[in-house]
Amino acid sequence: MNFDLDDSAPGFRREVANFLDDYVTPDLVARCRRTGTMHDWSLHREMGRRGWYAGGWPSEYGGRGEEGSVELLVLSDEMEKRGIPADGLGMTMMVARVILHTASEELKRDVLPRALAGDILICLGYTESHGGSDVASARTSASRDGDHWTINGHKMFTTLAHEAHHVFLLTRTNPEVPKHRGLTMFLVPMDTPGVEVQPIWTIGDVRTNSTYYRDVVVPDSARVGGVDEGWSVMTLALRYERTGGGADARLLDTAIAAARVHAGRDGSHCLLEDSSVRERLARIAVEREVAALLRLRSQWVEAQGSTSMIEGSMFKLFSAETQVRAAGDLLDMFGPAGILEQGVLAAPANGELAHEFRHSIVLPIYGGSSEVQRRIIAERGLGLPRSGRSPTRGSV
Amino acid sequence: MDLRLTPEEDQLLGAVTSLLERHSTPERVRRAEATGFDAGLWASLQSLGVPSMALQDLDTAPASLFQLVLVAEAAGACLASAPVLEGIVAARLLARCGPAANKLLDSMRTAAFTATVSLQTAPARTPRLVPAGAVARLVVGLDGDNLVAVEAEPPASRVENLGDLSLAYRDLASGTRTIVSSGAEAVELFGAACSDWKTLGAAQLVGVGASALGLGVEYVKSRQVFGAPIATFQTIAHQLADDATAIDGARLLAYKAAWARDENRADAEKLASMAWCFASESALNVTRNSLHYHGGYGFTQEYDIQLYFRRAKAYSLVWGDLRREYHRLADLVLSKEDSRI
Repeated sequence: MNFDLDDSAPGFRREVANFLDDYVTPDLVARCRRTGTMHDWSLHREMGRRGWYAGGWPSEYGGRGEEGSVELLVLSDEMEKRGIPADGLGMTMMVARVILHTASEELKRDVLPRALAGDILICLGYTESHGGSDVASARTSASRDGDHWTINGHKMFTTLAHEAHHVFLLTRTNPEVPKHRGLTMFLVPMDTPGVEVQPIWTIGDVRTNSTYYRDVVVPDSARVGGVDEGWSVMTLALRYERTGGGADARLLDTAIAAARVHAGRDGSHCLLEDSSVRERLARIAVEREVAALLRLRSQWVEAQGSTSMIEGSMFKLFSAETQVRAAGDLLDMFGPAGILEQGVLAAPANGELAHEFRHSIVLPIYGGSSEVQRRIIAERGLGLPRSGRSPTRGSV
Repeated sequence: MDLRLTPEEDQLLGAVTSLLERHSTPERVRRAEATGFDAGLWASLQSLGVPSMALQDLDTAPASLFQLVLVAEAAGACLASAPVLEGIVAARLLARCGPAANKLLDSMRTAAFTATVSLQTAPARTPRLVPAGAVARLVVGLDGDNLVAVEAEPPASRVENLGDLSLAYRDLASGTRTIVSSGAEAVELFGAACSDWKTLGAAQLVGVGASALGLGVEYVKSRQVFGAPIATFQTIAHQLADDATAIDGARLLAYKAAWARDENRADAEKLASMAWCFASESALNVTRNSLHYHGGYGFTQEYDIQLYFRRAKAYSLVWGDLRREYHRLADLVLSKEDSRI
């Protein structure tokens, strides 16, 4: 075995690190925080221009061909380490992969080169207000009229929709059949008449959106996968989604750095001399290491050309659950000062930890809740029978 | 990056697993509980090269720690009543000691000579609780700032313990003593042996946890209560999902710790400690949960899950207190040179 990601992309991490250290200013990160828009266009385009999104993609779509590239993993790693949001990049590349495997040649040639060049963003239109984790219950309708489709409906939590060029949209094309069989996916340009975006503000300082689709007309070429076969496309998309996301060791590093300069509770020089603080930091360090390894495994499975299913769910579950707990534990370390937020002089790490406490609570919810992941692991991994009164029945 | 086993590793794992599944069945484990040692099993393992594969031979390189971790995991999975970890750690320790240990290494290669390490340090002439102390002729341990290898007849019986292990008190002062290293070097070599123990111990505990998980899964599928298999209850299914995740994570971490040691990476010591902490905690949780799903039957001697539950705790305590290890780990994580995880 070899656990060294960098062996597979020699020199790449240094190249990325040098660029990011140079290019990314505290202002950029602060602006993302202030606006709640976790994306920076100039950075995104600049990295795309350097060809950093193109590793492992077929050359006819603007890729650099070589199989099993880990460059995107190294890139996201380095971005996370610096607190640079990689949400938009992650979503876009995830949908691009789904398109590569399921869409028409026309759509592939239209979208993939632009995605790999960093020219576009794609957001996710799955969840609806009534459905929550039961995404297959989507009601947004698409009805066919010759070469075109007319879409009507409403999606929740379409994060970055206000910046995106396309929404990857789950629609119902046949209400007469069981819910998983009547779904179809589309890639809808956001500038199509009838698409409307309204902000939703969250407790995690992140803006998400509600998106509305009123008589939105798209050509059949915007369809991704077969008519009424949207669920198999979604399944692929959800697997890819679970593999992404942070194994965020940055939170721990931030907390350690803050504890190093924070006075101890009993008048000792520094909080790091407190044995209860040391023990909890060690525990969290172990959990972050395990999360990183579970992620590495599911990404490795994918880099081999298979889709990770159980592996992705295990990473998503473990990472989310431990990160929420850690965020609370790390605040506790600082006593009452832990609740002080950005801008208050005495706030540990300038409120970064309090922010993380607010933000991390969404991790076990989005991208398939922890309950959904546990069900997948139990049924598909351990071969347990379907549970009797599953609240997630019928979803992924 | 490559997370596959090599064909040689695959073959080794297959051979060890198949041997253990034949010779370390729950019945055999139970039969060996009076001593914690199954001589027939040990002889079979020795003929397969456990632990001598850890040593350089005339024409073969020593097994990597990664390969040995696979052996330790298989031993844990079948609760092998044999000094597998003890032999491996002693062999690797003596092999690092230079000429002073040559004669002892030769004896170990002949496979008749069982060795162990004294993981605990103690004041001079104070007996220490030694894993496989009731079986091994040779005990290697730190005596002051000397690393000594003491050859003596093991005591007639082991001390009674939670895991029915072949533990016994051994005194490093009596017997034929060889000083194999001294001073700072001895302390450093002993530290490396402890680190090996933690990595191998993590793998052993992963094996225990994985087997216990398997028992739990099979049981909840077949056990009907309230008119349904209890596997259909979400509190059970979801906890098993958490348990399976923990065991997978613990296994990856043990593998990475071994790989890091083999590659002489700077974070090898930290990873060994992490692997041990996480495996100890996970193995105990998983065996406890699996026992719990058995209901009252889990509390009886008759069901195998209790064999795993007791050993999950006992194997872990042979090294020591989990929270103390977290504190040691904190020293490594929080050292100025390496504050990044």
